[in-house]
Amino acid sequence: MLENLRRVGSYVTVRGILLFFTIVVAIWFVILIANLGGAMDKIIKSQIAEQVGIMFQNPDLQQLPEAEKRKLYDQHFEILAKQYGLDKPFIERAARYLWNGITLQFGFAEKISSDSGSRQVRLILVERLPYTLLLWGTANLFLFLFSVYMALILSRRYGSLLDRITVMLAPTSAPPPWFYGILLILVFASMLRLLPYGGVVDPIPPETMLGYVLSVLKHMILPVSSVIIGALFATIYSWRTFFLIYSSEDYVELAKAKGLSSRSIERRYILRPTLPPIVTSFALMLIGLWMGGIITETVFAWPGLGRMLYEAIGQTDTPVIVGANVIYGYLLAISVFLLDILYALLDPRVRVGAMGGQKL
Amino acid sequence: MTLWMRLKELRRYPSAMAGVFVMLLLVLMSIYAVVRYPYSQAITLWRAGEMVWLENPRNAAPKWFNWFGADLPETIILTPEKGRVLATEALGGGGKRQTVLYTFDYPWKGGFPREISIFFESTYVRTPPQVLLFWRTPDGREINLGTQVLRRSGRYLLSADPALIKRLGDRPPHEALFARPALAANAGGPERPLPGRYELICDIFTFEPESEVKLKTIIYGQVHGWAGTDHLRRDISIALLWGAPIAIAFGMSAALTLTLWYLTISALGAWFGGWIDALVDRLTELRMILPLLPILIMIGMFFSRSLWLILAVIIAYGLIGGSKGYRAMFLQARALPYLEAARAYGAGNFRIVFRYLVPRFLPLAIPAFVQAIPSYVFLEASLALLGLGDPLLPTWGKIIQDAYSQGALFVGYYYWILLPAAMLLVTGVGFAMVGMALDRIFNPKLRTL
Repeated sequence: MLENLRRVGSYVTVRGILLFFTIVVAIWFVILIANLGGAMDKIIKSQIAEQVGIMFQNPDLQQLPEAEKRKLYDQHFEILAKQYGLDKPFIERAARYLWNGITLQFGFAEKISSDSGSRQVRLILVERLPYTLLLWGTANLFLFLFSVYMALILSRRYGSLLDRITVMLAPTSAPPPWFYGILLILVFASMLRLLPYGGVVDPIPPETMLGYVLSVLKHMILPVSSVIIGALFATIYSWRTFFLIYSSEDYVELAKAKGLSSRSIERRYILRPTLPPIVTSFALMLIGLWMGGIITETVFAWPGLGRMLYEAIGQTDTPVIVGANVIYGYLLAISVFLLDILYALLDPRVRVGAMGGQKL
Repeated sequence: MTLWMRLKELRRYPSAMAGVFVMLLLVLMSIYAVVRYPYSQAITLWRAGEMVWLENPRNAAPKWFNWFGADLPETIILTPEKGRVLATEALGGGGKRQTVLYTFDYPWKGGFPREISIFFESTYVRTPPQVLLFWRTPDGREINLGTQVLRRSGRYLLSADPALIKRLGDRPPHEALFARPALAANAGGPERPLPGRYELICDIFTFEPESEVKLKTIIYGQVHGWAGTDHLRRDISIALLWGAPIAIAFGMSAALTLTLWYLTISALGAWFGGWIDALVDRLTELRMILPLLPILIMIGMFFSRSLWLILAVIIAYGLIGGSKGYRAMFLQARALPYLEAARAYGAGNFRIVFRYLVPRFLPLAIPAFVQAIPSYVFLEASLALLGLGDPLLPTWGKIIQDAYSQGALFVGYYYWILLPAAMLLVTGVGFAMVGMALDRIFNPKLRTL
C-alpha cells in the first residue's frame, strides 16, 4: 500500500514538473506572439506613462513652463523605461515578460475594470474566474455522470430502440455549444419568452438568499443545456461503444459463467478497467470546452473569463487579452495535471510500476 | 480489401448516405457559387456598401415565408418605362408639363411595405424641374403627396419626409398610404393594408427646352429572394452560397494537412523511440496546453484577420507535436511481423516509416479526418462570432455575427440566424455522419458492433 502511494506520488511529481515546464513554454509562446506586434512593450509603456502621470499631479511640477515640463516628463519616462528594461534586447525583455506572465502580473487594464473598480488585470481575472468555474463545473459534472450512466444502460440494452436513437443522434455533437446556445436563446428566450436571454441574475437581483439562488439557477438553464446538448450524444455513443468492446472480453464471459450478478459484473469487470480511458477522453473534452467557453459565455452574456476576453477584444484592451491567454494556459495545464493524478490513481499499471517496461 | 471497396461499404449505412448527399450538395453549391459570383465580384457585392443594393429592402425575410401564409409584400419597382404618359402640355419659355401615371397591384394582405423612396435624375441649366405627386388608392381616395424640386440626381425618402408624415396624421407614409380607411368598426384593431390596384400620378414640370427628368419609385417589400436581406440591404443568399466553398476549403486544408502530419510525426516518434519519441510526446502535451482559440483571437487582434492567415496559424499550431492516439497505435504496431520482415531485408528506418508504417495505417485516420473538417469550419465560425472574421469574405459565421450584433434575436429576424445556422448544422452533422460510419468500417474493434 505504502509502496503504491510512493509510486503514485513520484509519478505525479514527475508529471507535475514536466507540466510546469510545458506551462512555461506555453506562456512564453503566448507572450512571444503578443510581443511580435509589440503588444507587450506597449503595455509596459502605458504603465510607465501612468506612473509618470501620477508624479506630474504634484502642484509644484504643474507650475513649470510647458517646455520644461515636457523635458522633465521625457527624462522620467526614460529612467523608468530603463528600470523596466525596455532598452534591453528582445530576449531579455521576453524573459522578464515571461516571469511576469508566470506570476500573473499583467499590470493594469486599459479600459476594463473589475466590479470593485480595480484596474489590476489580476483582480479582474480573479473576479471573473468563479463564474466560469460555476457554469462549466455544473455542466461538465452533469454531462460526465449522466453520460456514464446512460452509456452503461445502453451497453446493456445493445440494439434497443433507445440505443439506436442515441447512435443516430450522435452526429448532433458536431456543432459546438455556442451554436446550440443561439438556437436555444432563439426558441426559449426570443420566441417563447420563458427564460432570460443571458446574464447571471435578474436585472434587479432578488433580496432573499433563496430568491437569488433561484434566479441564478434560472439563468443557468440555457447555457448549461447548450453545453450538454453540444456534447451529450457523441459522449454517450463513444462510451457505450467502449463498454461494449470491453464487455466481450473473456474475463467478463468468465464472470458471467460464474453467475455473478450483472450489477457487480458491470462495476468490477467493465467499469473498472474502462475508467482510465474514459476519464482521459472526458478530460480532453473538458479542455476543448474551456475554449468553447469563450463564445458560449459571450452568447449568454455570462460574466466569466470568456465574456471578459470578448469585452477586451471589443475594446482592444491588450493587457487583459494577454492575461486571459495565460490564464487559459494555466487552466488547461491544471486540467491535464488533475487528469494525470486521477489516471495514476485509476490505472493499475502506474501503481504496480509496469510503466518502466512498455511505455504506453 | 482495397480502400475503395471499404468506402463502398458506406452504402450499408443510411445515415452515411445522407452525409455523402450533404457533401455532394455542398460541392455543387460551391461550384455554383464560384461560377455565378466570381471571387472578386462576390467581395465587391458583399463589401461595397449599401449603394450596390439600393433596390433591395432592408431586413427582408425570404420569399418562401409567404408559402406559410404570411402574405408579406414583395418589392415593387416603378421604372420610367412602366409609366404611361397621360398628357403633355407646353408651358411658356420652352418648359412643359407632363403627367405620368404609374399603376401597380398590391395583392398582399399580411403587411405594409418597409419604406418608399423615389430616385430621380434630372438635367437642366438653371431652373430645376419640379414634380407634383398624387396617390390614388383602390377605393378611389386621392392623396396629395406634395411637391418636390429635382436637383440633378438623388433620392427622395418619401417614407421619411416629416412634412408628409405630419399631413398623414403622424403615421409613416408607407403604412398610411396602403392602409384601409379608418372605419368605426375596425378602429383600435391592428391596421391592415388594403389590397388592390394603386396609382401614382406624377405631374412633372420642366422649365427649359432641354430639361429632362427620370423617376424611379421603389416600394420596398418585406420579403426578398430565397434568403432575405440584412441590415445593409445585402442579399444574404450570396453569403450563404459563398460560405460553402470557403468552409470546405478551410476545413479540408486544415484537416488534411494536420491528419497527415499527425500520422507522420507520431510514426516517426514511435518508430525511432528514445529522445525523439520523448520530444514529440512533450510537444504534443505543449499543444494540449496552448489555448488555440485565445491565441487565434490574439493573432486576429494584433496582426490580421485574414482567413488564410488564420488557417496558416491553425496548421502551424497543429504542427507542434503529434497525436497521443496515433502514437499508442504505432507503438503497438512496432512489433508487427511485416515490419520485422522489412528490417530483415535491410530496409532503412525512413523507408519503413514512410513506405510501410504510415501507408498501412492511413485508412485508420480517414474517419478522424472526415470528422475534423466540421470542427475547423466551426472554429472559423467561432472567430467570426467574436467579430474576428475575415474582413472581406462572406462566411456563415459572419452572417450569424451580423445578425447577432444587430439584435436579430431581440427584434425577431429569425431567418437571418436560422439560415446560416442551418448551413453550419447540415455541414457539421453531414460530415459527422460519414465520419462515424467510416469509423465503424475502418476500426476493426467497432466492426462487429
